[in-house]
Amino acid sequence: MPAADELAADPLEDAYYDYLLRLGDDALILGQRLSEWCGHAPSVEVDLSLANMALDLIGQATHILNNANNGDGDELAFKRDVLDFRNCLLVEQPNGDFARTIVRQLLYSTWQHLLFQQLAESRDPFLSAIAAKAVKEVAYHRELASEWTVRLGDGTDESAARMRDALDWCWRFVPELFEVDETLEEMIARQTVPDPRSFEREYRAAIGDVLAEAKLEMPADQRPILGGRRGHHSEHLGHLLAAMQYLPRTYPDAVW
Amino acid sequence: MYTTELSKNVQPIETPEDPALLEAFEARVAADEFIEPKDWMPEAYRKTLVRQISQHAHSEIVGMLPEGNWITRAPSLRRKAILLAKVQDEAGHGLYLYCAAETLGTSREEMIEALHSGKAKYSTIFNYPTLTWADIGAIGWLVDGAAIMNQVPLQRTSYGPYARAMVRVCKEESFHQRQGYEIMIALANGTAAQKRMAQDALNRWWWPSLMMFGPPDDNSPNTERSMRWRIKRETNDELRQKFVDITKPQADFLGLTVPDPELKWNDEKGGHDFGEVDWDEFYAVVRGEGPVAKERITARREAWENNTWVREAAAAHAAKKQAREAA
Repeated sequence: MPAADELAADPLEDAYYDYLLRLGDDALILGQRLSEWCGHAPSVEVDLSLANMALDLIGQATHILNNANNGDGDELAFKRDVLDFRNCLLVEQPNGDFARTIVRQLLYSTWQHLLFQQLAESRDPFLSAIAAKAVKEVAYHRELASEWTVRLGDGTDESAARMRDALDWCWRFVPELFEVDETLEEMIARQTVPDPRSFEREYRAAIGDVLAEAKLEMPADQRPILGGRRGHHSEHLGHLLAAMQYLPRTYPDAVW
Repeated sequence: MYTTELSKNVQPIETPEDPALLEAFEARVAADEFIEPKDWMPEAYRKTLVRQISQHAHSEIVGMLPEGNWITRAPSLRRKAILLAKVQDEAGHGLYLYCAAETLGTSREEMIEALHSGKAKYSTIFNYPTLTWADIGAIGWLVDGAAIMNQVPLQRTSYGPYARAMVRVCKEESFHQRQGYEIMIALANGTAAQKRMAQDALNRWWWPSLMMFGPPDDNSPNTERSMRWRIKRETNDELRQKFVDITKPQADFLGLTVPDPELKWNDEKGGHDFGEVDWDEFYAVVRGEGPVAKERITARREAWENNTWVREAAAAHAAKKQAREAA
Protein backbone atom coordinates (compact mmCIF):
# COMPACT_ATOMS: atom_id res chain seq x y z
CA MET A 1 0.00 0.00 0.00
CA PRO A 2 1.67 3.25 -1.03
CA ALA A 3 2.03 5.76 1.78
CA ALA A 4 0.09 8.98 1.45
CA ASP A 5 3.14 11.08 0.58
CA GLU A 6 4.16 8.69 -2.19
CA LEU A 7 0.66 8.96 -3.65
CA ALA A 8 0.76 12.73 -3.67
CA ALA A 9 3.99 12.62 -5.65
CA ASP A 10 2.34 11.08 -8.68
CA PRO A 11 -1.19 12.30 -9.38
CA LEU A 12 -1.64 9.92 -12.32
CA GLU A 13 -0.79 6.89 -10.22
CA ASP A 14 -2.92 8.36 -7.49
CA ALA A 15 -6.03 8.40 -9.67
CA TYR A 16 -5.43 4.91 -11.01
CA TYR A 17 -4.84 3.51 -7.54
CA ASP A 18 -7.90 5.29 -6.25
CA TYR A 19 -9.98 3.88 -9.08
CA LEU A 20 -8.81 0.33 -8.38
CA LEU A 21 -9.77 0.78 -4.74
CA ARG A 22 -13.25 1.92 -5.74
CA LEU A 23 -13.85 -1.16 -7.87
CA GLY A 24 -12.16 -3.54 -5.45
CA ASP A 25 -13.85 -2.14 -2.35
CA ASP A 26 -17.30 -2.19 -3.97
CA ALA A 27 -16.85 -5.90 -4.71
CA LEU A 28 -15.34 -6.70 -1.32
CA ILE A 29 -17.94 -4.93 0.78
CA LEU A 30 -20.92 -6.20 -1.21
CA GLY A 31 -19.48 -9.72 -1.15
CA GLN A 32 -19.02 -9.45 2.61
CA ARG A 33 -22.61 -8.28 3.05
CA LEU A 34 -24.01 -11.09 0.90
CA SER A 35 -21.99 -13.68 2.80
CA GLU A 36 -23.77 -12.62 6.00
CA TRP A 37 -26.86 -14.37 4.60
CA CYS A 38 -25.14 -17.74 4.53
CA GLY A 39 -27.32 -20.30 6.30
CA HIS A 40 -30.15 -17.82 6.91
CA ALA A 41 -31.71 -17.32 3.46
CA PRO A 42 -35.38 -17.91 2.59
CA SER A 43 -34.64 -21.29 0.97
CA VAL A 44 -31.70 -23.53 0.18
CA GLU A 45 -31.82 -22.39 -3.44
CA VAL A 46 -31.61 -18.73 -2.42
CA ASP A 47 -28.80 -19.52 0.00
CA LEU A 48 -26.91 -21.03 -2.91
CA SER A 49 -27.43 -18.09 -5.23
CA LEU A 50 -26.48 -15.47 -2.62
CA ALA A 51 -23.33 -17.40 -1.72
CA ASN A 52 -22.56 -17.70 -5.40
CA MET A 53 -22.74 -13.94 -5.91
CA ALA A 54 -20.68 -13.36 -2.78
CA LEU A 55 -18.05 -15.72 -4.10
CA ASP A 56 -17.91 -13.95 -7.48
CA LEU A 57 -17.52 -10.59 -5.78
CA ILE A 58 -14.85 -11.74 -3.33
CA GLY A 59 -13.00 -13.16 -6.34
CA GLN A 60 -13.20 -9.84 -8.19
CA ALA A 61 -12.08 -7.97 -5.09
CA THR A 62 -9.11 -10.29 -4.68
CA HIS A 63 -7.90 -9.70 -8.26
CA ILE A 64 -8.35 -5.97 -8.11
CA LEU A 65 -6.88 -5.36 -4.66
CA ASN A 66 -3.97 -7.69 -5.38
CA ASN A 67 -3.27 -5.65 -8.47
CA ALA A 68 -3.49 -2.40 -6.54
CA ASN A 69 -0.98 -3.55 -3.95
CA ASN A 70 1.73 -5.65 -5.62
CA GLY A 71 -0.08 -8.92 -5.01
CA ASP A 72 -1.04 -8.23 -1.40
CA GLY A 73 -4.76 -7.53 -1.51
CA ASP A 74 -5.12 -8.82 2.04
CA GLU A 75 -3.21 -5.86 3.39
CA LEU A 76 -5.73 -3.53 1.77
CA ALA A 77 -8.75 -5.58 2.81
CA PHE A 78 -7.75 -6.17 6.41
CA LYS A 79 -5.50 -3.30 7.44
CA ARG A 80 -7.25 -0.14 6.26
CA ASP A 81 -9.75 1.80 8.32
CA VAL A 82 -12.98 3.41 7.12
CA LEU A 83 -11.40 6.64 5.90
CA ASP A 84 -9.33 4.70 3.38
CA PHE A 85 -12.15 2.58 1.99
CA ARG A 86 -13.43 3.81 -1.37
CA ASN A 87 -16.60 1.77 -1.90
CA CYS A 88 -19.90 3.47 -2.64
CA LEU A 89 -22.41 3.84 0.18
CA LEU A 90 -24.96 1.57 -1.48
CA VAL A 91 -22.96 -1.64 -1.10
CA GLU A 92 -22.27 -1.16 2.61
CA GLN A 93 -25.95 -0.83 3.48
CA PRO A 94 -27.02 -3.59 5.88
CA ASN A 95 -28.84 -6.55 4.36
CA GLY A 96 -32.15 -5.63 5.99
CA ASP A 97 -34.86 -8.01 4.86
CA PHE A 98 -34.58 -10.00 1.65
CA ALA A 99 -36.33 -7.19 -0.27
CA ARG A 100 -33.65 -4.69 0.68
CA THR A 101 -30.89 -7.13 -0.22
CA ILE A 102 -32.47 -7.63 -3.64
CA VAL A 103 -33.03 -3.92 -4.31
CA ARG A 104 -29.44 -3.15 -3.30
CA GLN A 105 -28.28 -5.88 -5.68
CA LEU A 106 -30.47 -4.67 -8.53
CA LEU A 107 -29.29 -1.08 -8.21
CA TYR A 108 -25.63 -2.02 -7.89
CA SER A 109 -25.37 -4.94 -10.35
CA THR A 110 -27.19 -3.04 -13.10
CA TRP A 111 -24.69 -0.20 -12.70
CA GLN A 112 -21.72 -2.56 -12.46
CA HIS A 113 -22.88 -4.42 -15.54
CA LEU A 114 -23.17 -1.27 -17.66
CA LEU A 115 -19.80 -0.08 -16.38
CA PHE A 116 -17.97 -3.36 -16.93
CA GLN A 117 -19.34 -3.76 -20.45
CA GLN A 118 -17.54 -0.53 -21.34
CA LEU A 119 -14.56 -1.15 -19.12
CA ALA A 120 -13.94 -4.41 -20.98
CA GLU A 121 -12.93 -2.20 -23.92
CA SER A 122 -10.53 -0.11 -21.83
CA ARG A 123 -7.04 0.71 -23.12
CA ASP A 124 -5.74 -0.34 -19.73
CA PRO A 125 -4.90 -4.04 -20.03
CA PHE A 126 -5.64 -4.86 -16.41
CA LEU A 127 -9.00 -3.10 -16.34
CA SER A 128 -10.11 -4.57 -19.65
CA ALA A 129 -9.10 -8.09 -18.57
CA ILE A 130 -10.81 -8.01 -15.17
CA ALA A 131 -13.94 -6.38 -16.62
CA ALA A 132 -14.14 -8.84 -19.51
CA LYS A 133 -13.97 -11.73 -17.07
CA ALA A 134 -16.28 -10.29 -14.44
CA VAL A 135 -18.91 -8.94 -16.81
CA LYS A 136 -20.34 -12.44 -17.28
CA GLU A 137 -20.69 -12.91 -13.54
CA VAL A 138 -22.21 -9.49 -13.12
CA ALA A 139 -24.71 -10.13 -15.92
CA TYR A 140 -25.92 -13.10 -13.91
CA HIS A 141 -26.16 -11.02 -10.70
CA ARG A 142 -28.20 -8.43 -12.55
CA GLU A 143 -30.50 -11.06 -13.98
CA LEU A 144 -30.99 -12.75 -10.64
CA ALA A 145 -31.77 -9.45 -8.89
CA SER A 146 -34.13 -8.43 -11.71
CA GLU A 147 -36.02 -11.72 -11.50
CA TRP A 148 -36.44 -11.46 -7.74
CA THR A 149 -37.50 -7.83 -8.06
CA VAL A 150 -40.29 -8.91 -10.40
CA ARG A 151 -41.29 -11.83 -8.19
CA LEU A 152 -41.42 -9.75 -5.02
CA GLY A 153 -42.89 -6.62 -6.60
CA ASP A 154 -45.62 -8.59 -8.35
CA GLY A 155 -46.05 -11.21 -5.61
CA THR A 156 -48.18 -10.45 -2.56
CA ASP A 157 -49.24 -7.14 -0.98
CA GLU A 158 -46.69 -7.69 1.74
CA SER A 159 -43.81 -8.35 -0.62
CA ALA A 160 -44.71 -5.31 -2.74
CA ALA A 161 -44.81 -3.10 0.37
CA ARG A 162 -41.41 -4.41 1.47
CA MET A 163 -40.00 -3.68 -1.99
CA ARG A 164 -41.31 -0.11 -1.85
CA ASP A 165 -39.63 0.36 1.54
CA ALA A 166 -36.41 -1.13 0.20
CA LEU A 167 -36.41 1.19 -2.81
CA ASP A 168 -37.06 4.12 -0.53
CA TRP A 169 -34.06 3.09 1.59
CA CYS A 170 -31.61 2.57 -1.24
CA TRP A 171 -32.59 5.20 -3.78
CA ARG A 172 -30.72 8.11 -2.14
CA PHE A 173 -27.43 6.26 -2.76
CA VAL A 174 -27.89 5.94 -6.54
CA PRO A 175 -26.58 9.43 -7.51
CA GLU A 176 -23.20 8.56 -5.97
CA LEU A 177 -22.79 5.88 -8.65
CA PHE A 178 -22.81 8.63 -11.30
CA GLU A 179 -20.79 11.23 -9.42
CA VAL A 180 -17.72 12.42 -11.31
CA ASP A 181 -15.00 13.79 -9.06
CA GLU A 182 -11.33 14.59 -9.67
CA THR A 183 -10.19 10.99 -9.70
CA LEU A 184 -12.77 10.03 -12.23
CA GLU A 185 -12.17 13.15 -14.33
CA GLU A 186 -8.50 12.24 -14.50
CA MET A 187 -9.26 8.64 -15.48
CA ILE A 188 -11.83 9.71 -18.06
CA ALA A 189 -9.38 12.24 -19.50
CA ARG A 190 -6.85 9.44 -19.89
CA GLN A 191 -9.52 7.52 -21.79
CA THR A 192 -9.05 4.44 -19.66
CA VAL A 193 -12.48 4.37 -18.04
CA PRO A 194 -15.96 5.39 -19.17
CA ASP A 195 -17.78 8.41 -17.84
CA PRO A 196 -20.65 6.88 -15.83
CA ARG A 197 -22.90 9.76 -16.87
CA SER A 198 -22.74 8.33 -20.40
CA PHE A 199 -24.87 5.39 -19.29
CA GLU A 200 -27.00 7.07 -16.65
CA ARG A 201 -29.97 7.38 -18.98
CA GLU A 202 -29.64 3.74 -19.96
CA TYR A 203 -29.37 2.80 -16.28
CA ARG A 204 -32.52 4.64 -15.33
CA ALA A 205 -34.40 3.14 -18.27
CA ALA A 206 -33.24 -0.36 -17.35
CA ILE A 207 -34.24 0.03 -13.71
CA GLY A 208 -37.54 1.55 -14.86
CA ASP A 209 -38.23 -1.46 -17.07
CA VAL A 210 -37.62 -3.95 -14.27
CA LEU A 211 -39.75 -1.95 -11.84
CA ALA A 212 -42.53 -1.67 -14.40
CA GLU A 213 -42.56 -5.42 -14.85
CA ALA A 214 -42.56 -5.74 -11.07
CA LYS A 215 -45.55 -3.36 -10.94
CA LEU A 216 -43.53 -1.02 -8.76
CA GLU A 217 -43.29 2.73 -9.27
CA MET A 218 -39.99 4.39 -9.97
CA PRO A 219 -39.15 6.18 -6.71
CA ALA A 220 -39.06 9.97 -6.62
CA ASP A 221 -35.53 11.31 -6.56
CA GLN A 222 -34.18 12.03 -3.09
CA ARG A 223 -31.42 14.31 -1.93
CA PRO A 224 -28.22 12.46 -2.86
CA ILE A 225 -26.13 11.04 -0.04
CA LEU A 226 -22.48 11.07 -1.10
CA GLY A 227 -19.07 10.55 0.42
CA GLY A 228 -18.10 6.89 0.09
CA ARG A 229 -15.61 7.51 -2.69
CA ARG A 230 -13.79 9.95 -0.40
CA GLY A 231 -13.85 7.72 2.64
CA HIS A 232 -16.83 9.33 4.31
CA HIS A 233 -19.07 6.35 4.87
CA SER A 234 -22.24 5.45 6.70
CA GLU A 235 -22.08 4.33 10.32
CA HIS A 236 -22.47 0.75 9.14
CA LEU A 237 -19.08 0.30 7.50
CA GLY A 238 -17.07 0.47 10.71
CA HIS A 239 -19.01 -2.44 12.17
CA LEU A 240 -18.58 -4.47 9.02
CA LEU A 241 -14.82 -3.86 9.11
CA ALA A 242 -14.60 -4.64 12.82
CA ALA A 243 -15.90 -8.15 12.17
CA MET A 244 -14.07 -8.68 8.88
CA GLN A 245 -10.67 -7.47 10.06
CA TYR A 246 -10.61 -8.78 13.61
CA LEU A 247 -8.30 -11.78 13.14
CA PRO A 248 -5.48 -10.12 11.17
CA ARG A 249 -5.64 -7.14 13.53
CA THR A 250 -5.67 -9.23 16.71
CA TYR A 251 -2.79 -11.40 15.51
CA PRO A 252 -0.70 -9.04 13.39
CA ASP A 253 2.24 -11.48 13.13
CA ALA A 254 0.21 -14.48 12.08
CA VAL A 255 0.02 -16.01 8.62
CA TRP A 256 -3.23 -17.87 7.94
CA MET B 1 -21.42 -33.95 6.42
CA TYR B 2 -23.10 -37.07 7.57
CA THR B 3 -25.42 -38.34 10.20
CA THR B 4 -25.84 -41.88 11.22
CA GLU B 5 -28.86 -43.46 12.88
CA LEU B 6 -29.35 -41.28 15.92
CA SER B 7 -32.48 -42.49 17.61
CA LYS B 8 -31.66 -45.02 20.26
CA ASN B 9 -35.06 -46.54 20.63
CA VAL B 10 -36.46 -46.59 17.15
CA GLN B 11 -39.17 -49.21 17.09
CA PRO B 12 -38.55 -51.61 14.25
CA ILE B 13 -41.16 -50.77 11.65
CA GLU B 14 -42.98 -54.00 10.91
CA THR B 15 -45.79 -54.01 8.42
CA PRO B 16 -47.25 -57.06 6.75
CA GLU B 17 -45.73 -57.37 3.30
CA ASP B 18 -46.41 -59.73 0.43
CA PRO B 19 -43.88 -62.53 1.12
CA ALA B 20 -43.16 -63.11 -2.57
CA LEU B 21 -42.42 -59.41 -3.20
CA LEU B 22 -40.32 -59.23 -0.07
CA GLU B 23 -38.31 -62.26 -1.06
CA ALA B 24 -37.66 -60.86 -4.53
CA PHE B 25 -36.62 -57.53 -2.99
CA GLU B 26 -34.23 -59.18 -0.54
CA ALA B 27 -32.70 -61.19 -3.38
CA ARG B 28 -32.13 -58.07 -5.49
CA VAL B 29 -30.51 -56.22 -2.62
CA ALA B 30 -28.37 -59.22 -1.71
CA ALA B 31 -27.18 -59.27 -5.34
CA ASP B 32 -26.11 -55.62 -4.94
CA GLU B 33 -28.69 -54.31 -7.39
CA PHE B 34 -29.89 -50.74 -7.02
CA ILE B 35 -33.47 -50.15 -5.92
CA GLU B 36 -35.07 -47.28 -7.83
CA PRO B 37 -37.95 -44.99 -6.79
CA LYS B 38 -40.62 -46.81 -8.80
CA ASP B 39 -39.57 -50.28 -7.61
CA TRP B 40 -41.51 -52.11 -4.95
CA MET B 41 -39.87 -51.85 -1.52
CA PRO B 42 -40.87 -52.83 2.00
CA GLU B 43 -42.43 -50.02 4.00
CA ALA B 44 -39.75 -50.35 6.67
CA TYR B 45 -37.03 -49.88 4.04
CA ARG B 46 -38.75 -46.75 2.72
CA LYS B 47 -39.22 -45.27 6.19
CA THR B 48 -35.70 -46.05 7.31
CA LEU B 49 -34.32 -44.42 4.19
CA VAL B 50 -36.46 -41.31 4.51
CA ARG B 51 -35.28 -40.97 8.08
CA GLN B 52 -31.64 -41.50 7.20
CA ILE B 53 -31.55 -39.34 4.05
CA SER B 54 -33.53 -36.50 5.60
CA GLN B 55 -31.29 -36.57 8.70
CA HIS B 56 -28.37 -36.36 6.35
CA ALA B 57 -29.94 -33.44 4.43
CA HIS B 58 -30.78 -31.60 7.67
CA SER B 59 -27.19 -32.10 8.82
CA GLU B 60 -25.90 -30.41 5.69
CA ILE B 61 -28.20 -27.44 6.21
CA VAL B 62 -27.68 -27.06 9.96
CA GLY B 63 -23.98 -27.67 9.34
CA MET B 64 -23.85 -24.42 7.37
CA LEU B 65 -24.33 -22.49 10.61
CA PRO B 66 -21.17 -23.28 12.60
CA GLU B 67 -19.01 -22.60 9.54
CA GLY B 68 -21.12 -19.69 8.31
CA ASN B 69 -20.27 -18.17 11.68
CA TRP B 70 -16.73 -17.59 10.37
CA ILE B 71 -17.22 -16.55 6.74
CA THR B 72 -17.45 -12.87 7.64
CA ARG B 73 -14.35 -13.21 9.85
CA ALA B 74 -12.12 -15.41 7.67
CA PRO B 75 -8.57 -14.08 8.03
CA SER B 76 -7.68 -13.63 4.35
CA LEU B 77 -9.47 -13.15 1.05
CA ARG B 78 -8.38 -16.61 -0.05
CA ARG B 79 -9.69 -18.27 3.12
CA LYS B 80 -12.94 -16.35 2.81
CA ALA B 81 -13.48 -17.51 -0.77
CA ILE B 82 -12.65 -21.13 0.06
CA LEU B 83 -14.95 -21.19 3.07
CA LEU B 84 -17.78 -19.59 1.10
CA ALA B 85 -17.37 -22.19 -1.61
CA LYS B 86 -17.33 -24.94 0.97
CA VAL B 87 -20.48 -23.82 2.75
CA GLN B 88 -22.12 -23.38 -0.62
CA ASP B 89 -21.27 -27.01 -1.35
CA GLU B 90 -23.00 -28.02 1.88
CA ALA B 91 -26.15 -26.22 0.74
CA GLY B 92 -25.90 -28.08 -2.55
CA HIS B 93 -25.56 -31.40 -0.73
CA GLY B 94 -28.61 -30.57 1.35
CA LEU B 95 -30.53 -29.78 -1.80
CA TYR B 96 -29.85 -33.00 -3.63
CA LEU B 97 -30.32 -35.09 -0.51
CA TYR B 98 -33.76 -33.51 -0.01
CA CYS B 99 -34.46 -34.38 -3.65
CA ALA B 100 -33.31 -37.98 -3.10
CA ALA B 101 -35.58 -38.25 -0.05
CA GLU B 102 -38.48 -36.76 -2.01
CA THR B 103 -38.27 -39.66 -4.46
CA LEU B 104 -39.50 -41.79 -1.54
CA GLY B 105 -42.72 -39.82 -1.30
CA THR B 106 -42.03 -37.28 1.47
CA SER B 107 -42.06 -33.59 0.54
CA ARG B 108 -39.31 -31.18 1.46
CA GLU B 109 -41.79 -29.09 3.46
CA GLU B 110 -42.70 -32.12 5.56
CA MET B 111 -39.06 -32.85 6.22
CA ILE B 112 -38.28 -29.24 7.16
CA GLU B 113 -41.33 -29.14 9.40
CA ALA B 114 -40.07 -32.30 11.14
CA LEU B 115 -36.67 -30.66 11.67
CA HIS B 116 -38.15 -27.49 13.13
CA SER B 117 -40.50 -29.36 15.46
CA GLY B 118 -37.60 -31.41 16.79
CA LYS B 119 -39.07 -34.64 15.41
CA ALA B 120 -36.27 -35.12 12.91
CA LYS B 121 -32.64 -35.23 14.03
CA TYR B 122 -29.43 -33.92 12.53
CA SER B 123 -25.84 -34.80 13.27
CA THR B 124 -24.89 -34.21 16.91
CA ILE B 125 -21.64 -32.56 15.83
CA PHE B 126 -23.33 -29.31 14.83
CA ASN B 127 -24.53 -28.69 18.36
CA TYR B 128 -21.02 -27.65 19.34
CA PRO B 129 -19.90 -24.03 18.92
CA THR B 130 -17.16 -22.71 16.61
CA LEU B 131 -15.16 -20.50 18.97
CA THR B 132 -12.02 -19.73 17.01
CA TRP B 133 -10.80 -19.82 13.42
CA ALA B 134 -9.03 -23.10 14.24
CA ASP B 135 -12.47 -24.68 14.61
CA ILE B 136 -12.98 -24.17 10.88
CA GLY B 137 -9.78 -26.14 10.30
CA ALA B 138 -10.80 -28.81 12.79
CA ILE B 139 -14.25 -29.19 11.26
CA GLY B 140 -12.80 -29.70 7.80
CA TRP B 141 -10.16 -32.08 9.02
CA LEU B 142 -12.10 -34.12 11.58
CA VAL B 143 -15.79 -33.66 10.86
CA ASP B 144 -15.53 -33.87 7.10
CA GLY B 145 -12.97 -36.63 7.55
CA ALA B 146 -15.48 -38.61 9.59
CA ALA B 147 -18.16 -37.77 7.06
CA ILE B 148 -16.09 -39.17 4.20
CA MET B 149 -15.50 -42.35 6.14
CA ASN B 150 -19.22 -42.73 6.65
CA GLN B 151 -20.18 -41.79 3.13
CA VAL B 152 -17.72 -43.64 0.94
CA PRO B 153 -19.45 -46.98 1.63
CA LEU B 154 -22.80 -45.30 0.96
CA GLN B 155 -21.84 -44.80 -2.67
CA ARG B 156 -22.74 -48.48 -2.92
CA THR B 157 -25.87 -48.24 -0.81
CA SER B 158 -28.86 -50.10 -2.23
CA TYR B 159 -31.10 -47.11 -2.92
CA GLY B 160 -30.07 -45.72 -6.31
CA PRO B 161 -30.80 -41.99 -5.84
CA TYR B 162 -29.03 -41.95 -2.46
CA ALA B 163 -26.01 -43.82 -3.81
CA ARG B 164 -25.69 -41.44 -6.75
CA ALA B 165 -26.02 -38.38 -4.50
CA MET B 166 -23.23 -39.84 -2.36
CA VAL B 167 -20.87 -40.15 -5.33
CA ARG B 168 -21.08 -36.41 -5.89
CA VAL B 169 -21.03 -35.54 -2.20
CA CYS B 170 -17.90 -37.63 -1.59
CA LYS B 171 -15.91 -35.83 -4.28
CA GLU B 172 -16.63 -32.49 -2.68
CA GLU B 173 -16.08 -33.72 0.87
CA SER B 174 -12.55 -34.78 0.09
CA PHE B 175 -11.84 -31.21 -1.04
CA HIS B 176 -13.39 -29.99 2.21
CA GLN B 177 -11.21 -32.21 4.28
CA ARG B 178 -8.08 -31.04 2.50
CA GLN B 179 -8.95 -27.38 3.02
CA GLY B 180 -9.52 -28.06 6.72
CA TYR B 181 -6.24 -29.85 7.12
CA GLU B 182 -4.48 -27.07 5.24
CA ILE B 183 -5.85 -24.55 7.74
CA MET B 184 -4.52 -26.76 10.55
CA ILE B 185 -1.08 -26.95 8.91
CA ALA B 186 -0.91 -23.16 8.69
CA LEU B 187 -1.86 -22.86 12.36
CA ALA B 188 0.47 -25.62 13.51
CA ASN B 189 3.35 -23.88 11.72
CA GLY B 190 2.28 -20.48 12.97
CA THR B 191 2.72 -18.37 16.07
CA ALA B 192 2.32 -19.64 19.62
CA ALA B 193 -1.18 -18.18 19.68
CA GLN B 194 -2.09 -20.05 16.50
CA LYS B 195 -0.69 -23.35 17.83
CA ARG B 196 -2.67 -22.91 21.01
CA MET B 197 -5.81 -22.30 18.95
CA ALA B 198 -5.15 -25.45 16.92
CA GLN B 199 -4.59 -27.66 19.97
CA ASP B 200 -7.66 -26.26 21.68
CA ALA B 201 -9.78 -26.98 18.62
CA LEU B 202 -8.56 -30.59 18.49
CA ASN B 203 -9.30 -30.93 22.20
CA ARG B 204 -12.87 -29.81 21.72
CA TRP B 205 -13.67 -31.57 18.41
CA TRP B 206 -12.01 -34.95 18.87
CA TRP B 207 -14.63 -36.70 20.98
CA PRO B 208 -17.66 -35.18 19.25
CA SER B 209 -16.11 -36.37 15.96
CA LEU B 210 -15.92 -39.95 17.27
CA MET B 211 -19.58 -39.65 18.24
CA MET B 212 -20.48 -38.95 14.61
CA PHE B 213 -20.26 -42.67 13.87
CA GLY B 214 -23.21 -43.29 16.14
CA PRO B 215 -23.74 -45.54 19.17
CA PRO B 216 -21.59 -48.61 19.74
CA ASP B 217 -22.60 -51.67 17.73
CA ASP B 218 -24.04 -53.50 20.72
CA ASN B 219 -26.44 -50.59 21.21
CA SER B 220 -27.35 -49.88 17.61
CA PRO B 221 -30.71 -51.56 17.17
CA ASN B 222 -31.09 -51.23 13.42
CA THR B 223 -27.58 -52.04 12.31
CA GLU B 224 -28.17 -55.66 11.43
CA ARG B 225 -31.18 -55.10 9.20
CA SER B 226 -29.68 -51.97 7.67
CA MET B 227 -26.57 -53.97 6.80
CA ARG B 228 -28.69 -56.69 5.23
CA TRP B 229 -30.53 -54.08 3.17
CA ARG B 230 -27.25 -52.41 2.16
CA ILE B 231 -28.46 -49.12 3.64
CA LYS B 232 -25.41 -49.38 5.77
CA ARG B 233 -22.29 -51.19 4.70
CA GLU B 234 -19.97 -51.05 7.69
CA THR B 235 -20.80 -50.96 11.39
CA ASN B 236 -20.41 -47.87 13.55
CA ASP B 237 -17.51 -49.32 15.51
CA GLU B 238 -15.67 -50.49 12.38
CA LEU B 239 -15.86 -47.00 10.92
CA ARG B 240 -14.87 -45.37 14.20
CA GLN B 241 -11.77 -47.59 14.42
CA LYS B 242 -10.82 -46.73 10.86
CA PHE B 243 -11.19 -43.01 11.60
CA VAL B 244 -8.95 -43.18 14.67
CA ASP B 245 -6.31 -45.16 12.79
CA ILE B 246 -6.18 -42.68 9.93
CA THR B 247 -6.45 -39.50 12.00
CA LYS B 248 -3.88 -40.16 14.74
CA PRO B 249 -0.85 -39.95 12.37
CA GLN B 250 -2.31 -36.76 10.89
CA ALA B 251 -2.41 -35.22 14.37
CA ASP B 252 1.20 -36.34 14.90
CA PHE B 253 2.23 -34.65 11.66
CA LEU B 254 0.70 -31.41 12.93
CA GLY B 255 2.51 -31.77 16.23
CA LEU B 256 -0.81 -31.82 18.07
CA THR B 257 -1.85 -34.15 20.87
CA VAL B 258 -5.04 -36.18 20.61
CA PRO B 259 -6.89 -35.64 23.90
CA ASP B 260 -7.12 -39.33 24.80
CA PRO B 261 -4.56 -40.73 27.27
CA GLU B 262 -5.63 -44.28 26.37
CA LEU B 263 -4.86 -43.86 22.70
CA LYS B 264 -2.01 -46.17 21.67
CA TRP B 265 -1.05 -48.49 18.86
CA ASN B 266 -1.95 -52.14 19.35
CA ASP B 267 0.30 -54.32 17.24
CA GLU B 268 -1.79 -57.40 17.77
CA LYS B 269 -4.99 -55.98 16.33
CA GLY B 270 -3.18 -53.79 13.80
CA GLY B 271 -5.00 -50.71 15.00
CA HIS B 272 -5.21 -48.21 17.83
CA ASP B 273 -6.76 -48.82 21.20
CA PHE B 274 -8.61 -45.77 22.38
CA GLY B 275 -10.71 -44.54 25.27
CA GLU B 276 -14.45 -44.83 25.67
CA VAL B 277 -16.62 -42.13 24.16
CA ASP B 278 -18.81 -40.37 26.72
CA TRP B 279 -22.07 -41.94 25.59
CA ASP B 280 -24.11 -40.06 28.17
CA GLU B 281 -23.04 -36.85 26.49
CA PHE B 282 -23.82 -38.32 23.08
CA TYR B 283 -27.37 -39.28 24.06
CA ALA B 284 -27.89 -35.92 25.75
CA VAL B 285 -26.89 -34.16 22.54
CA VAL B 286 -29.16 -36.47 20.53
CA ARG B 287 -32.00 -35.46 22.86
CA GLY B 288 -31.33 -31.82 21.91
CA GLU B 289 -29.25 -30.85 24.92
CA GLY B 290 -26.06 -29.96 23.05
CA PRO B 291 -24.28 -26.71 23.99
CA VAL B 292 -25.71 -24.71 21.07
CA ALA B 293 -28.66 -26.89 20.07
CA LYS B 294 -31.12 -24.13 20.91
CA GLU B 295 -29.12 -21.58 18.90
CA ARG B 296 -28.94 -23.87 15.87
CA ILE B 297 -32.59 -24.78 15.69
CA THR B 298 -33.66 -21.21 16.45
CA ALA B 299 -31.50 -19.94 13.59
CA ARG B 300 -33.08 -22.45 11.22
CA ARG B 301 -36.61 -21.68 12.38
CA GLU B 302 -36.04 -17.94 12.10
CA ALA B 303 -34.56 -18.24 8.62
CA TRP B 304 -37.65 -20.18 7.61
CA GLU B 305 -40.35 -18.24 9.44
CA ASN B 306 -38.99 -14.71 8.90
CA ASN B 307 -38.86 -15.41 5.18
CA THR B 308 -42.24 -17.05 4.76
CA TRP B 309 -43.31 -13.87 2.97
CA VAL B 310 -40.60 -14.44 0.33
CA ARG B 311 -41.74 -17.97 -0.45
CA GLU B 312 -45.38 -16.85 -0.48
CA ALA B 313 -44.54 -14.01 -2.85
CA ALA B 314 -42.66 -16.35 -5.18
CA ALA B 315 -45.60 -18.77 -5.21
CA ALA B 316 -48.11 -15.95 -5.76
CA HIS B 317 -46.05 -14.56 -8.61
CA ALA B 318 -45.71 -17.97 -10.26
CA ALA B 319 -49.47 -18.45 -10.02
CA LYS B 320 -50.17 -15.03 -11.53
CA LYS B 321 -47.73 -15.68 -14.33
CA GLN B 322 -49.29 -19.04 -15.07
CA ALA B 323 -52.77 -17.50 -15.11
CA ARG B 324 -51.61 -14.77 -17.49
CA GLU B 325 -50.00 -17.30 -19.81
CA ALA B 326 -53.14 -19.45 -19.79
CA ALA B 327 -55.36 -16.44 -20.61
